[in-house]
Amino acid sequence: MVSVTPVDGFRAYLDHAATTPLRPEALEAMLPLLGEGFANPSGAHAESRRARIALDDARDLVAELLGAEPGEVVLTSGGTEADDLAVNGGWDAVAGERPDGPPPAVVCAAMEHHAVLRACRSLAARTGAELREVPSTPDGRIDLDALADACRDDVGLVSVMAVNNEVGTVQPLDEVARIVADGAPGAVLHTDAVQAVPWLDVGRTTGPAALVSISGHKFGGPKGSGALVVRAGVRVRPRLDGGGQERGRRSGTPNVAGAVATAAALAATVDGRTEDVARVTALRDRLADGLLASVPGAVETGARAHRVAGILHLRVPGVESEAAVVLLDEAGVAASAGAACSSGAVEPSHVLEAMGLDRREASSGLRFSLGVTTTGQDVDHALARVPGVVDRLRN
Amino acid sequence: MRWHGFPGSSTGCETRPVRVLVAMSGGVDSSVAAALLVAAHGAEHVVGATLKLWGGDSDSGCCSVADVDDARRVADQLGIVHHVFNFSADFEAHVVDPYVAGHAAGRTPNPCIECNRHLKFDRLLDRAADLGFDAVATGHHARVTQDVDGTWRLLRGADAAKDQSYVLAMLGQEQLSRSVFPVGSMAKADVRSTAARLGLRTAAKPDSQDVCFIRSDTGRAGFLGDRVPLHAGRLIDHDTGADLGEVTAVELVTVGQRRGMGHGTDGRRRFVTSVDVPARRVTIGPPEVSYASALSLHTVAWVDGAPTVADAVFGALAQCSAHGVPVACTVRTGVDGLEVAFVEPQRRVAPGQTVALYDPARPDAVIGSGVVR
Repeated sequence: MVSVTPVDGFRAYLDHAATTPLRPEALEAMLPLLGEGFANPSGAHAESRRARIALDDARDLVAELLGAEPGEVVLTSGGTEADDLAVNGGWDAVAGERPDGPPPAVVCAAMEHHAVLRACRSLAARTGAELREVPSTPDGRIDLDALADACRDDVGLVSVMAVNNEVGTVQPLDEVARIVADGAPGAVLHTDAVQAVPWLDVGRTTGPAALVSISGHKFGGPKGSGALVVRAGVRVRPRLDGGGQERGRRSGTPNVAGAVATAAALAATVDGRTEDVARVTALRDRLADGLLASVPGAVETGARAHRVAGILHLRVPGVESEAAVVLLDEAGVAASAGAACSSGAVEPSHVLEAMGLDRREASSGLRFSLGVTTTGQDVDHALARVPGVVDRLRN
Repeated sequence: MRWHGFPGSSTGCETRPVRVLVAMSGGVDSSVAAALLVAAHGAEHVVGATLKLWGGDSDSGCCSVADVDDARRVADQLGIVHHVFNFSADFEAHVVDPYVAGHAAGRTPNPCIECNRHLKFDRLLDRAADLGFDAVATGHHARVTQDVDGTWRLLRGADAAKDQSYVLAMLGQEQLSRSVFPVGSMAKADVRSTAARLGLRTAAKPDSQDVCFIRSDTGRAGFLGDRVPLHAGRLIDHDTGADLGEVTAVELVTVGQRRGMGHGTDGRRRFVTSVDVPARRVTIGPPEVSYASALSLHTVAWVDGAPTVADAVFGALAQCSAHGVPVACTVRTGVDGLEVAFVEPQRRVAPGQTVALYDPARPDAVIGSGVVR
């Protein structure tokens, strides 16, 4: 029996960009599929048909809520797999259509999540394709002039995230799509929309992209369930061969319970989004204003007008974020220093470096990310505890 | 702040609760160190930390994800919080870069000592203080005690074969006052049996041997060759000046080295007596010229402060490698280092290596250390 160690005292969970608690709707929706609805949806019997219906219903719902057709939704094991399929599978399909000449170039934002950035780098290493990483402006948005320079006829794939996961900045995808269409008309545009789903109308904001990644656990779904939208007419070469599930684009027995729960979480997210965005924005702004007033020298990263509701990223000069998160943890505040590697160590933020910040600044970042379950009490708790932690580390 | 009563401390009894940050490499020594601290102070007063020091390829030592997993699972078993601290930028700046630069200049640095000096007993001590810990513990085989006048002493570990006081000989009073070596008073066999008795997963894990950031398959040559140009050079006879052949990389040769140097016409082994990288020249000679009666040290550190008189002269025992035999010497302090005169000539020590000095009146006690010029 695996137990979960209880945590004592009041704790403010402000790490929703890392993951969110499962929504009750999602839990309720998935339980029958873990029980009597266990069957493999690919079979020819009544048990399978029941699972198949649940899976198809989930796919229909996800498609509708993302502004896509059901046949455009490829269910995956999460955001990383969706990104991998988009980058590698999308590029492979383009390259297959251009058998002559050098391998098509790849363009991505330097501030991409590692799931995209490292997929692009390994793709470049694997194929010899040139990779152009496009820097950000100091306000945390992709540098459109640099993007235009990078988008030339030789480009086969462009990947620009919808919302940055560390600083929360919304990227100008419409303008990105125009630049790609002008400069690299043969390129496939992918967007990692993993952080956009809780806060933005993803169907509308990612409309110009041919490939769109989402991840269930970032909006109240379970871990291990995500999707890649592959617009009609766009091809991806499969990364997993086998039984040919997902119309041959992703083999493997579908995670029916995960898909159903993800669909339910997405429905609940979309249903409550307008109110949640307004409420969480107010909480986030109160947290931001309070900390900017109480923590001398703190700087908010990225203009609020260009950020999603849930993310507050601060740079606190003279404070190492790796030490700060330890003390915040002891003080009952679950926050993040940015990206963590698999061992749990804090990595210097490539996102902040892409924005032109030096290493010292890039190691002073703290991310507080709110979610639909965040309350005023969480914000009060953080406001009460953060200044003391900063003081202690500065003295 | 000072306190008493750690395992391995010979003084006093516990006077107040202390919070200890134990550096857990994922090996058996630091696992048992953590277990002893938990037994002495309670799990709520002990936190484990594993240092991520090296981001590149490696297959041994303190740096791999597998070792982090072992450390974390031991911490879980002991019921203590465990963190991973990413000190890889400092490690590169203070350990790896000087290691590479040293070899490129014909010196042979000791990266474990520089890691202790700059990472474990500087960066980590600072981090521990920031986080409100009274002390840092490690799994080193050495002992810290306090004299009645309050002076901290660094002593050899109880297990002579595993003693690591040599690699800690740069520690001073301030660092020793906040350092704890719980397994320093134990025999290694007892450390392993304690780990086994407690069911720790690291009980039978082999000791780390090599430089942690160097892969065993490509070795030092591969590591250095990826970072600096390696130059072929000539092998010169110390006595006659005759050209004896080629060495493939001058930067990989160490003063005192015997391996690969063959035998002379007299049938006796040959040793490296000097390495001159700019001249691309390695000089070798028979045993008698591979000895020296004196050497000079820089980057001097004292356990209990420098002698208060200028040009102090005192007798000491010098240990010139991690498991070397301590030998009698006379030490003279100078303005920019120490001059060490051996009573009997000793095999030459490569520039960049560390010499640890021990007290002849108390041969277990470290006096200080310096790096060979």
